[in-house]
Amino acid sequence: MSARITASVYTSHVPAIGAAMDLGKTHEPYWQKVFAGYEFSRQWMKENTPDVVFLVYNDHANAFSLEIIPTFAIGTAAEFAPADEGWGPRPVPGVVGDPRLASHIAQSVIQDDFDLTIVNRMDVDHGLTVPLSLMCGQTDRWPFRVIPFAVNVVQYPVPSGMRCFRLGQAIRRAIESYDEPLKVQIWGTGGMSHQLQGPRAGLINREFDNAFLDRLIADPEGLARMPHIDYVREAGSEGIELVMWLIARGAMADTADTASNGSAHRAGPRPKVVHRFYHVPASNTAVGHLILENPQ
Amino acid sequence: MALDKPYKDVPGTTIFDADQSRMGYHLNQFCMSLMKAENRARFKANERAYLDEWPMTEEQKQAVLARDLNRCIQLGGNIYFLAKIGATDGKSFQQMAGSMTGLSEEEYRDMMVRGGRSIEGNRRVGEQSGEKR
Repeated sequence: MSARITASVYTSHVPAIGAAMDLGKTHEPYWQKVFAGYEFSRQWMKENTPDVVFLVYNDHANAFSLEIIPTFAIGTAAEFAPADEGWGPRPVPGVVGDPRLASHIAQSVIQDDFDLTIVNRMDVDHGLTVPLSLMCGQTDRWPFRVIPFAVNVVQYPVPSGMRCFRLGQAIRRAIESYDEPLKVQIWGTGGMSHQLQGPRAGLINREFDNAFLDRLIADPEGLARMPHIDYVREAGSEGIELVMWLIARGAMADTADTASNGSAHRAGPRPKVVHRFYHVPASNTAVGHLILENPQ
Repeated sequence: MALDKPYKDVPGTTIFDADQSRMGYHLNQFCMSLMKAENRARFKANERAYLDEWPMTEEQKQAVLARDLNRCIQLGGNIYFLAKIGATDGKSFQQMAGSMTGLSEEEYRDMMVRGGRSIEGNRRVGEQSGEKR
């Protein structure tokens, strides 16, 4: 029995959402509208708790300064502490890693032509902890191990949508070749439309966001061909975080591809959409959320 | 050959690319230093003296002293790094983002609650905001 990907989860990771939870503001009407979209998800997480979550996110000038800018960085440590982003670390549990599976994925994916940076020591910022809080609520301990996977979306150019999609497929191959019967979820986080800088700050594009969700479900490979400029122009300079969702989507069973060693993966069954949510705003940002299950 | 930068005509937007990053290296690393409490205290005690420890341009230092985030970004700053100045000043991300738009804090917050800034008229330089609504 080998490991398998049971589901993928997509969500925004707005820092103000974490602050709202940490400061007890979740019952304010402004925030209720956001959290209402995650009530189903928290119940679903309880019923579908994985052994490991492979969590794709980006660091926001916390673990990585401009000294080193890895495009793709996989966390192989046994634990990761919540970062102090300047306001003090979030009061959430530390993150327990899975060094053995993470190292297996790193070795497999690098041999499959994706040159990852391996990180054995790293704090994790709101990009990783806010999705955990959204999906698990307040807790003393996260109910699964987490492999942090940081993507550079801060300094342009970020990796292309297609590169992300293909990487997701390589991650799927790596997980399916792991010799323990683990249930693994892969999460893609960030987005949706938002811009945090310049006179155009505050940009939101509902049409773009909803079309992105539609295509992510039905035509992810076509969506992966969308050039960077479309994200920047239509979804805002920080909306480009959405390329990270394509890593998670590429790892689902229905995308056919061929590994660098020539072994082919036939397209499996299409995922089941078990939850979809969209809301504007959380602080400066449009919140999007999707759960897709691989049929058993 | 020059790099292709198709994002140059997006209005009110500076893409933090390799050229901006090179120009803003010390400005952003200065911001990063504010993640340590002792550095925040030294900066607050004498901003000018603290800035003079960094090989930043005079323009960059003036932009930081004035908290002119648009200018900081033109001079190579990146918003996630500049946010460390905001954290030092006790400002939220929404306050920082709003400060770059010419709107008051309240006007900006209200715009977001109403659904944010419309994409119509904001795709390309030269489009008139409102014309296509």
